Amino acid sequence: MKTLYDKLWEEHHVTQLDSGESLLYIDRHYLHEVTSPQAFEGLAKKNLKPWRLGANIATPDHNVPTTRGNDFNSNQIKDEISKIQVVELDKNCNTFGIKQFDIKSSKQGIVHVIGPELGYTLPGMTIVCGDSHTSTHGALGCLAMGIGTSEVEHVLATQCLKVSKLKNMLVRFEGTPVENVSSKDIVLYFIGLIGTAGGTGYAIEFSGSYIKDISVESRMTICNMAIEAGAKVGIIAPDKTTINYVKEKSFLDKKTLENAEKYWLNLKTDDGAKFDNEVVIDVSKIKPQVTWGTSPEMVVNYDDEIPTVLGANDDNKRNIELARNYMGIQNESKLSDLTFDKVFIGSCTNSRIEDLRQAAKVVKGKTIADNIIEAIVVPGSGMVKEQAEMEGLDEVFKEAGFVWRDPGCSMCLGMNPDQLKPYERCASTSNRNFEGRQGYLGRTHLMSPLMAAYTAINGTVGEPS
Amino acid sequence: MTSNSEGLIIDGVVSYIDRDNIDTDQIIPTEYLKSIKKFGYEDYLFDGWRYKDDGKLGVKKEDRHINQDFILNNKPYSESKILLVRDNFGCGSSREHAVWALRDFGIKAVMASSFGDIFYNNCFKNSVLPIKLRKNEIEELFGLVKKDIVELSIDLQQRKIYIDDKHKLNFKVDDHLIDRIIYGLDDVDVSLKEKEKILNFEKKRMSSKPWIYANE
Repeated sequence: MKTLYDKLWEEHHVTQLDSGESLLYIDRHYLHEVTSPQAFEGLAKKNLKPWRLGANIATPDHNVPTTRGNDFNSNQIKDEISKIQVVELDKNCNTFGIKQFDIKSSKQGIVHVIGPELGYTLPGMTIVCGDSHTSTHGALGCLAMGIGTSEVEHVLATQCLKVSKLKNMLVRFEGTPVENVSSKDIVLYFIGLIGTAGGTGYAIEFSGSYIKDISVESRMTICNMAIEAGAKVGIIAPDKTTINYVKEKSFLDKKTLENAEKYWLNLKTDDGAKFDNEVVIDVSKIKPQVTWGTSPEMVVNYDDEIPTVLGANDDNKRNIELARNYMGIQNESKLSDLTFDKVFIGSCTNSRIEDLRQAAKVVKGKTIADNIIEAIVVPGSGMVKEQAEMEGLDEVFKEAGFVWRDPGCSMCLGMNPDQLKPYERCASTSNRNFEGRQGYLGRTHLMSPLMAAYTAINGTVGEPS
Repeated sequence: MTSNSEGLIIDGVVSYIDRDNIDTDQIIPTEYLKSIKKFGYEDYLFDGWRYKDDGKLGVKKEDRHINQDFILNNKPYSESKILLVRDNFGCGSSREHAVWALRDFGIKAVMASSFGDIFYNNCFKNSVLPIKLRKNEIEELFGLVKKDIVELSIDLQQRKIYIDDKHKLNFKVDDHLIDRIIYGLDDVDVSLKEKEKILNFEKKRMSSKPWIYANE
C-alpha cells in the first residue's frame, strides 16, 4: 500500500548514498535568469556540461519588463542590473546549448505557466526548478519541487537531486463551493487552517470530490501555493481531466501518448495507503478569502473582522501587532474599510486564461474606482496573452481602465519596474504578502482574480452581486 | 578530505530577532537577487529592517540610512556568529541568496523552532548550521538574551549548545549534514561517483518511458 508520492519516489530512485540520502533522477529541469547564473558558473568551473541537455528548458521571467511590446530584445532592458541577468541567461543557454524561450519568443512567460502549456510537463515526471513555486507542476501528477542554486548546479551536472524522503500528508477537499469561490480561496483557506509551517517536511497530496471537479489550471493554483503551507511538494493524481489537458498541449505523437496514458492513469495512491497526516475540508462552507497581514496564513473571510491582539495568545499577539502595523491597519475593523491603491492580476498562481476570464467577467462594462491609481493585468505567457486577445479580454480590461501588459512575474515580486510605492495598498492575485514583497513598504492583500477584479471596480474588497 | 577544525565549535554573542515566519524575502529582498555572483551579500542581510531607506544592488552601506534600533547594527551584535529566531525561519522563496547573505555577514548558526524546508537544505551547502530546538528552549533562550548579552558555544560534533557551566542544550542534526559543514564536501563530486548507476538508470528509463525524452 503506497501513496502516489511513495510511488513516484521509488520510480525515480537511482541509489542510496552512504550519507543515507538518495539520488533521485530528474526528468525535467526548468531554469530562469535569477537562480541559474551561479549554477552555470559552478558547472563551468568544474569543466562539466549539462548531463542531459533535453531535460532543461529555460525562459526569462522575473526581471523582464512588461511594457516591452514587440521586437524587444534583452539588451533593451533599461535597468542595467536586470539586463545583465537576462543577457547572462541568453549567454549561458547559448554556451551550453539549452533550449530557451527567450525574451523575443512568442512563447516566453512565467516558467511555471509555460512548462505545462507547451507540453514539457507530463504526469509522473520529477520536475525541479530554482524557484519555490515549482510545486505548481504537481497539479499534473508530477513530483515537483523548488530547489536552491547549489541544487540547480547539481541537477545540471548529474541529472539527479540528492534528497531525503518527505512525509506524506493527504488533504481532501470535499463538496462544491458557493458562487464567487475559486481554487485560490480554497488554498488560502487551507493555509490559514494549517499555517505556513503546517506542511513543513511533507509532500501534500490534494484529493477529494472538489479536486476531481476542477480544471487542471485551478489545480495548479492549489499546488502552486502548497509551498505557502510549508510543503515543497503538492501533488494531484492524474485523471481524465489531466489526460485531456496533456493531450491538448502535447507535441507527442498519438501512439506515444496512448502508451503513456495507460501508465499515467495508474499513477495514484493505493486504497488503504497510510498517510502521516490527514486533513478533510468541506469546501461548501468556504467564503472568498483575503489576507490581511504579512504572511499567507493571516487570512480571513473577506467580510470578517480583522484579527486584533484582544484575546490572542502571546505568540499570536506579537505576530498580529507587527503585521497590523506594517499593513497600516489602525481602527479599521474589516478589510472593506481599507482603501486600495493598486490592483495586480497575474503571477504563477493566477495568470492563466481561466483566471483572466474570471476577472474579465467581473469588470466587463464597468470602470475602475477613482481611488485605484493603477490596475494591471499581466498574462502568464505569450500564449495566454494571445488567447486572451483572441477572446477580446484585453479590450474588456482596457475599457474598464486596466493596463494590459506583456508576460512575466511582474508585481508578484517587483524585480522589474512593476512595484508598489511605500504604503500603497494592493489587491493582488499573487502568492506572498510578505513585507516589501511587491515593493519597499508596499502592502499586499492576496485574493482570487475575481476578488481582485471586483476590488478594482469597487475600490475595496467585496462580492459581486 | 580535510577537517576544518574551526568548524567544530561556533561561539560568541547571540543576536536575536523576536519574530515567527521570517521569510527569505526579509532575509534578503528581491532587489539583490539581480546579482549574478555567489558572494558579496553581507550588506543586504535583513535589508528592510536594517535600513530606513530602499536599497539598490551596489549601493554601499555607508550611503544608506541605517536603522540604529535594529540589533545587527549595534555592537557586539554586529559581529555575531549566532542568530536566535522563533518559528518557521526561512520560509517562502527558494533563493539561496538568503543563506549567502547570512554567511557573508558572518552568521554560522541559526537557532529556531522550525525552518522552511528549502532554506534548511540550502544552509548545509554553504556551511551555515540551522539548529532546531524545542519551543520552550527557544523561549528560554529569548528570556536570557533579552536580559543581557549572551555568549554561547555550539559544539557541532557533540551536538550541544553550552550556555554556561550549568546549562546546556542538546540538538539533533543528521551526521551527513554535520559532515558537510565540517568537511565542506561538494555534492556534485560525491554524486558523480555514482555516474554508472545514473547512466544505467537513465538507459532503462529511456526505453520504458520514451515520452520523457521525446523532445530530444
